[in-house]
Amino acid sequence: MADPILKVEGLIKHFGGVYAVDNVDFEILPGEIHAVIGPNGAGKTTFVAQISGLLAPDAGRIVFDGHDVTALSAPQRSQLGLARSFQITSIFRNFTAIENVALSIQAHAGHSFRFWRPAMSDPELIGPARKLLDEIGLGARADILASNLAHGEQRQLEIAMALATGPKLLLLDEPTAGMGPEDSERIRVFLAGLKGTYSMLLIEHDMDTVFALADRITVLVYGKAIATGTPGEIRGNDAVRAAYLGEDEAVGA
Amino acid sequence: MTRLKLAVIIVAFVALALVPPVAHLIDEPYYLSLFARIMVFAIAAVSLDLILGYGGMISFGHAAYLGTGAYAVAVFSFYGIDNGWLQLPMAIIASALVALVIGAICLRTSGIYFIMITLAFTQMLYFLGISLEVYGGDDGMDANRSEFVSWFDLTEDINLYYLILAFLILSVYIGYRLINSRFGMVIRGSKSNDLRMQAIGFPTFRYKLMGFVIAGAMCGVAGFLLANLTEFLTPEYMHWFRSGEIMIMTLMGGMGTLFGPMFGAAAFILLEEWIPELLELIHQGWGEHWWVAFGPVLVILVLFAKRGLWGLIPDRSRNDG
Repeated sequence: MADPILKVEGLIKHFGGVYAVDNVDFEILPGEIHAVIGPNGAGKTTFVAQISGLLAPDAGRIVFDGHDVTALSAPQRSQLGLARSFQITSIFRNFTAIENVALSIQAHAGHSFRFWRPAMSDPELIGPARKLLDEIGLGARADILASNLAHGEQRQLEIAMALATGPKLLLLDEPTAGMGPEDSERIRVFLAGLKGTYSMLLIEHDMDTVFALADRITVLVYGKAIATGTPGEIRGNDAVRAAYLGEDEAVGA
Repeated sequence: MTRLKLAVIIVAFVALALVPPVAHLIDEPYYLSLFARIMVFAIAAVSLDLILGYGGMISFGHAAYLGTGAYAVAVFSFYGIDNGWLQLPMAIIASALVALVIGAICLRTSGIYFIMITLAFTQMLYFLGISLEVYGGDDGMDANRSEFVSWFDLTEDINLYYLILAFLILSVYIGYRLINSRFGMVIRGSKSNDLRMQAIGFPTFRYKLMGFVIAGAMCGVAGFLLANLTEFLTPEYMHWFRSGEIMIMTLMGGMGTLFGPMFGAAAFILLEEWIPELLELIHQGWGEHWWVAFGPVLVILVLFAKRGLWGLIPDRSRNDG
């Protein structure tokens, strides 16, 4: 079996007496989509924040692509190929769509102590940014201010910014958050198209999306990983059903 | 940038270039020093806008670099060294170093803490200046004008005036290149969403610090020019009140517009000159309370020109604010 692209061992994060992430072991194989589900407050976002480097764990080890990244900063992890999207849309609202993507590309095109030539007419940045926007279907909206894009488009842009960093692993924190059924479906199809090309950690509330995309699912409840398995195994797992899915949804999904 | 805005800038620079002959013609040399002072503070306000308007760094201590640049002139002058080719680089290097130290510490904080700690550092420098008895303490001391041997003679007011104008144009041009460069995109992105910048791979601290140092060095040049203009040095150049004035100029002109702060500096200094005179005309002795009248002017500006004077110019493009 191939070495995992991401390996998390004994990860712990507590805020006072509350254990948001409690001794979690976790791994993602190359090309795999590994979903993390769990009720609100289960520690999913805290989990992603630690993997992406925005939050320091209290204990545990994170190995990404053969590097121990536990002590590395978020930018350093990004440079190694770890990209993320945020649950609450996090874009540069006063930049255009293409500037948002171009900035992501710039972050991975050497240092930015370049003080003289205009950045946003640089074909090295704008060329690939336009190509990426075309690919994800936002090409026609490239020159619109990000704050003026529709919510669904902003969510797409968010993922485009992650893709523009040339990642080996995508951490997607609820990519369909706040979306209507149509937009959700669009993202689902889009992510399905990325499957196999990118390894993904998918945090998602929407069970349709999870069961449609995930190769494996880990269930997080009160910071503990109570089960890991294929979608079929998770559906059939009694503990999961009791803790989280609820009878109806488990059968219906 | 719209054509209208470009036209406003060109007209402004042409007008500034015409001040000396006009002042000479109407025999009012006072205007020469008035507009020279406006331009010196325009450089300071533009430099502050680079970090405040574009980088989101609310530095309440920008006068520190003004003072450092001025000290570079006066202290050399004190020891009999009037060579401008030495003083000017020293003003730039010294203010850059001061900005490096202050920035390296302050940029680890944000929000209100950043404002207060930049203020505190500048006040420390102010009191340091006061305690340096050898350089006149709080009385300050005279300074000779810098000598640029066989280049131009700064003892001629008109030469100094055009040197200041040249530095203003240079500052604005450098600022324009900076904010549109890759470096500029990083500090603007970091103002917009620092967390996101880090997540896409930018170690933002070092870029913000570099921006802080560049702005400090640019303001140091303003200090160099100020000391030449006044032929005097006082720790007052570093007083927090001065920092506040530079910030008000930037806000009045339009934060994050680069060109606006020039007009903010002009508006501020002209109002500062004229309001007391007006009040004096109305009633003798009112002039010294000019802040009472100036306050409401600021309030009106804040209420009706949220994007500063520069924002009053009609604009359909968005990038230049």
